[in-house]
Amino acid sequence: MAELAARFRGVHYHYPGVPALEGVDFELRAGEFCALVGQNGSGKSTLAKHLNGLLKPVSGFVEVFGRDTRSQAVGELARKVGYVFQNPDHQIFSARVRDELAFGPRNLRLPHDEVERRVDEALDGFGLRAYADMPPATLGFGLRRLVSVAAVFAMRPSLFVLDEPTAELDWRSAHELLDHFRELHQQGHTILLISHDMELVAEYAERVLLMQAGRIVADAPPGAFFGQTARLREAHLSPPQVMRLAQRLGDLGMPPETLTVDAFADAFARLWREAHHAG
Amino acid sequence: MLAVEFHEFYYRYPAARPNEAAPYALRGIELEVEVGEFVALMGHTGAGKSTLCMAMNGLVPQATGGAVRGVQRVLGHEARAVPVARLARQVGLVFQDPESQLFSPSVEQEVAFGPENLGLSVDAIADRVDWALDMLDLQPLRKRGPTQLSGGQKQRVAIAAALAMQPEMLILDEPTSGLDPLGTAEVFAAIERLCAEREMTVVLATQEAEQVAQSAHRVVVMSEGSILLDAPPVTAFMQPELLAQAGVAPPQVSLVAAALKERGIVVPAFHRLDEAEKALRGLWQHPHG
Repeated sequence: MAELAARFRGVHYHYPGVPALEGVDFELRAGEFCALVGQNGSGKSTLAKHLNGLLKPVSGFVEVFGRDTRSQAVGELARKVGYVFQNPDHQIFSARVRDELAFGPRNLRLPHDEVERRVDEALDGFGLRAYADMPPATLGFGLRRLVSVAAVFAMRPSLFVLDEPTAELDWRSAHELLDHFRELHQQGHTILLISHDMELVAEYAERVLLMQAGRIVADAPPGAFFGQTARLREAHLSPPQVMRLAQRLGDLGMPPETLTVDAFADAFARLWREAHHAG
Repeated sequence: MLAVEFHEFYYRYPAARPNEAAPYALRGIELEVEVGEFVALMGHTGAGKSTLCMAMNGLVPQATGGAVRGVQRVLGHEARAVPVARLARQVGLVFQDPESQLFSPSVEQEVAFGPENLGLSVDAIADRVDWALDMLDLQPLRKRGPTQLSGGQKQRVAIAAALAMQPEMLILDEPTSGLDPLGTAEVFAAIERLCAEREMTVVLATQEAEQVAQSAHRVVVMSEGSILLDAPPVTAFMQPELLAQAGVAPPQVSLVAAALKERGIVVPAFHRLDEAEKALRGLWQHPHG
C-alpha cells in the first residue's frame, strides 16, 4: 500500500459559533498531485490548516505522514508540510529576499553552510537570483508570490499545501508557478492545490476533491470528476470550457472527458477523418 | 461622445528614494472609450491595469503623487484639474477586495453612505438605494451585515454602493479575483445588466477571458505599461502569440481552431462556446466548406 501523506478521519472543526468541517474523511497518498475545489466558505482553507497543525480537530483525527497532528507542534510539522498562503504578504516579513529564504532553514537549526546551500537552491530554482538582496516589499506581486513559495521550498517539506496560489496572478505567471510544482511532484513531493480555476485543475491535478458545507462530496480523477454534471452544477462549478464543448458534441462521438485543447483537437481530428474517410 | 480620452499619457509613481526616478508605470497610453462602451482591460500582473483604472477617476496622480504628462480627460473633464471627490460623483471605482470598501453594519446602510454624503433628501436617498439594490439583485439581502455575505455578494454590494452615486461610468479593478465561479458569474451578470439596461460606460480590469468574450465590446491588452492590443474580442482573441506575450490566456475554445488547423482541419475562428459548437457541427455537415 502506498505511504499516506495525510489521513483525515471524522474530522469536525468549528470557529466560534460557525461550523467549518463537519466530518471530513479522506486520505492523501504520498506523491499525489491533488486539487481541492469548492465554493468560498466551503471549508477548504480550514481543512488545509489541519495539515500543518495550525488548527487541530475538535473531534476525529488527522495524521500527517503517519503521526497524529495533536501530538506534534506546528514547528515540527513545518519540517514536513509547507503551507503557501493565499496572500504572499501574510508570509513575507524580511528586509531582503535572501533573509526571507533563510528564515525557515535557520529555524530548523540547520548548520550555516546548509542554510546557505538551501537559499542558493531556492534563489536559482525560482529565478530569484537577481533579486536576492532587494527588499521583497519593493517587488511586484508576481515576484512576491515566488518569494513566498521559494521560502517554503527552502524548508524542504514533503507535502506542499497551496492555498489559491494563483488567485491574483496572470495566466502566464500562474502556469510558471504551477510548472515548478509539477516538477516537484515529479521528484516525489505531494501537492495539495486549492483553486477556483478549473482549467488549471484539469491541467495539473491527477485527483480532484470537492468540498461542500464542510464535507468532501466528490473525489475522482479530473476526467471523471468534471463529468459529474449534476454534482458540479449543485456546487456552482463548471468544467473547463473545452470539456463543455466536448460534452455538447457528444453525439458526434467526442469523448466527454476531454480535458485540454490538444486532447480535444486530437479526438476531433480523429473522428472527423473516420467520418469523412479523409485521412 | 467620449467618456475616456487619453493621449500620449505617461505616468510614474513617486520615487522610493531621493535622487532616483521610478520607472514609468504607464507609457504613451492612447485610449478612447465611447459613452456606453464595455471595455475589458487585460494584461499580466504589473502591466499597469490598476494604475490606468485609478487614472480614470483622477486618483492618479491626485492621490498618488508622482509625475504625469499627456491628455487625461474623463467625461469631458481634465482629470488632473477636477478634484477626485467631484469626479467620483460621475466615475465609480470598485476595487479588487470588497472588504477594503465595506464598513457599514448593513447592506442598505453601506449603499446609502455615498448618497447621504451628497446631502440629498431622505426620499431621494431611499430611491437611489432601492434602485441600486434592484440593479444588483440585492433586495433580499438589504438588512444583512457584511459578514453574513459571500464573496460574490460582498462584491455586488461594493458595486451597488458605487452605483448609488449614479455615476455615468463604472471602473472595476479585478472585482472577481479570489471569487469562486458562482461569485464571478454573479458579478459579470450584474455588469452585463448595467450595460444593457443603463447604457453605462464600463471599464473592467480582469483575467476572465471566457466572460470577456461573452459580454465585452472591446479588449484592451496591456503589457509593461503600454497598450499592446485594442480590438473587439473576436479579433483580439485570434492573436494568441501577442496575448501570450502579455500573459493573457484567450478563451479555451478560441485555441481550438488553431489546434485543429495544425492537424489539417480548417475552421473559421470562434471565441464563444456557442459559436464553436455551431462551427464544428457545420464542419461535420459540410466537410469541404
